Amino acid sequence: MTLLRVETLSKQFGGIAAVDGLSFAVEAGTIHSIIGPNGAGKTTVLNLVTGVYAPSRGAVYLDGAMVSGKPPYELAACGLSRTFQNLQIYTSMTALENVMVGRHLRLDRRLLPSLLRFPGVVRRDEAARDRCIELMEFVGCGRYVDADAASLPYGALKRLEIARALATEPKLLLLDEPAAGLNATESREVDAVIKKIAAQGITVILVEHDMKMVMGISDRILVLNHGRKLTEGAPDEIAAHPDVIAAYLGAAA
Amino acid sequence: MTSDVHASAAPARRGGLARALLRPRTGGLGLLALVIALLPLALPNAYAYDVAINAGLNAIVCVGLNLLIGYAGQISLGHAAFFGLGAYASGILTTRYGWPAPGALAAGAVLVGVLAFAVARPVLRLKGHYLAMATLGLGVIISIVLNTESWITGGPDGLMLDDLTVLGWTLAGDHTWYGIVGVTLLLTVWLALNLIDSPVGRALRALHGTEIGAQVVGVDTAHYKVLAFVVSAVIAAVAGSLFAHYAGMITPGKAGFMKSVELVTMVVFGGMASTFGAIVGAVSLTVLPQLLVAFEDYESIVLGLIMIGTMVFMRRGLFVTLLDLAKSWRRS
Repeated sequence: MTLLRVETLSKQFGGIAAVDGLSFAVEAGTIHSIIGPNGAGKTTVLNLVTGVYAPSRGAVYLDGAMVSGKPPYELAACGLSRTFQNLQIYTSMTALENVMVGRHLRLDRRLLPSLLRFPGVVRRDEAARDRCIELMEFVGCGRYVDADAASLPYGALKRLEIARALATEPKLLLLDEPAAGLNATESREVDAVIKKIAAQGITVILVEHDMKMVMGISDRILVLNHGRKLTEGAPDEIAAHPDVIAAYLGAAA
Repeated sequence: MTSDVHASAAPARRGGLARALLRPRTGGLGLLALVIALLPLALPNAYAYDVAINAGLNAIVCVGLNLLIGYAGQISLGHAAFFGLGAYASGILTTRYGWPAPGALAAGAVLVGVLAFAVARPVLRLKGHYLAMATLGLGVIISIVLNTESWITGGPDGLMLDDLTVLGWTLAGDHTWYGIVGVTLLLTVWLALNLIDSPVGRALRALHGTEIGAQVVGVDTAHYKVLAFVVSAVIAAVAGSLFAHYAGMITPGKAGFMKSVELVTMVVFGGMASTFGAIVGAVSLTVLPQLLVAFEDYESIVLGLIMIGTMVFMRRGLFVTLLDLAKSWRRS
């Protein structure tokens, strides 16, 4: 079953086409990676799919319904969540509170019950707290539950963003370079977390530079170059593809 | 990082009295109630009561304004206008139209709420300096209207009010007003602390941190900015109504730009994103000028130096900095 379908998606910045007529589909329950050289448009694709940018042309369909043009908070309600390459952490909150914001759509958000602290609000907050502690342990930053987010090391913040995204209970999780800036051990740990996420039936779109990780965990790989699809296929097809090698090494293979 | 929120967010289960006392909703509120209850013992005369009541009213406004500035991270240089509108609504409805005082107070709060909601959406699209300019403009417009529509507002001379009467009881006198303002302050603080530690409050703090980061987990950031603006405006309006009845008169100056700046200064001085910091800021900057009268002609200079010194050496505000110091001292 196709969960996400992208059709002739384009995004112009001034005169430059960052993404140019891109089409691809992501099957439910798979790990779908997007790779490409720097400036290929990977993050732009992620921003278009998650509503951070509105496309210049083309459309995005989630579960068959057109979602392009919707703001990110509405897409979150549609079951789409993401992390950021340049972290977007709420630095004045604790690590746990960061993850609890991920429960936003699942909690009572009415003003009056919050102001008067209705028992229902307290009960659901307690349940959310427990659930978020579990998620922090799941991604491997459980020891930072009570810490201020600002005091966390970089690697933990990357995981914290994953936990926050998971707290929304997404159907589709988009990870923008989750291993960037991590050492080999940390990178392997994140690798394992992504596999565990996929094993729970959450579809993952992964933008990543770490080829070892991408080749190891992806079901399908989409290769971008200059905002266009270079090729698409299973990891072993991609690894052997002459155009991919040329694009990466800048030489004829 | 900052004071009250984080203590409250710590898991509440490992109870114990000591822990409960350290949490703002129990300990902080309890301590505030104790201070409010015991302070009259140290108030020697009517003048001291007057200062205390004004400090309390400012504190109420600042606790509300802090939700907007400290927690949601949005500036407003027009909140004195909401205070003034609340005051004028009470003054006009009770004296000219014979409304009962509680009805007038509620009507003022609703009016300000609706007005704040109407202007918030376009105004809060702006950020930083532009938002400051727009809210400043809003405040100036309201202040001009209050000054010039003298057929209903009394113009620059202002408006006289009768004593506050609730269900046939006349509420007057320093002790009564001290009680009214004290209870209202406690109630406001309780509501603010509840809000901050709720899904709504977390959404506000999240959008302060990063708007895009809040949006991708489902927070409609525009909605929550408007919400914080409206809530803080309504709290200011209620404080304005109380002030008008307490003072027995209201003049346009109370709704003016200088008052708006004063309110923001109080919030920053005490420490942003801390409810008790807002109270400390409001009380300090209400009481300090009274104490500095001894310096006569140099009063403003001394006050200015104290404020500059505080912000240079306690960048995060008086209360927040001292609280952090106390925490690290306890840990070591």
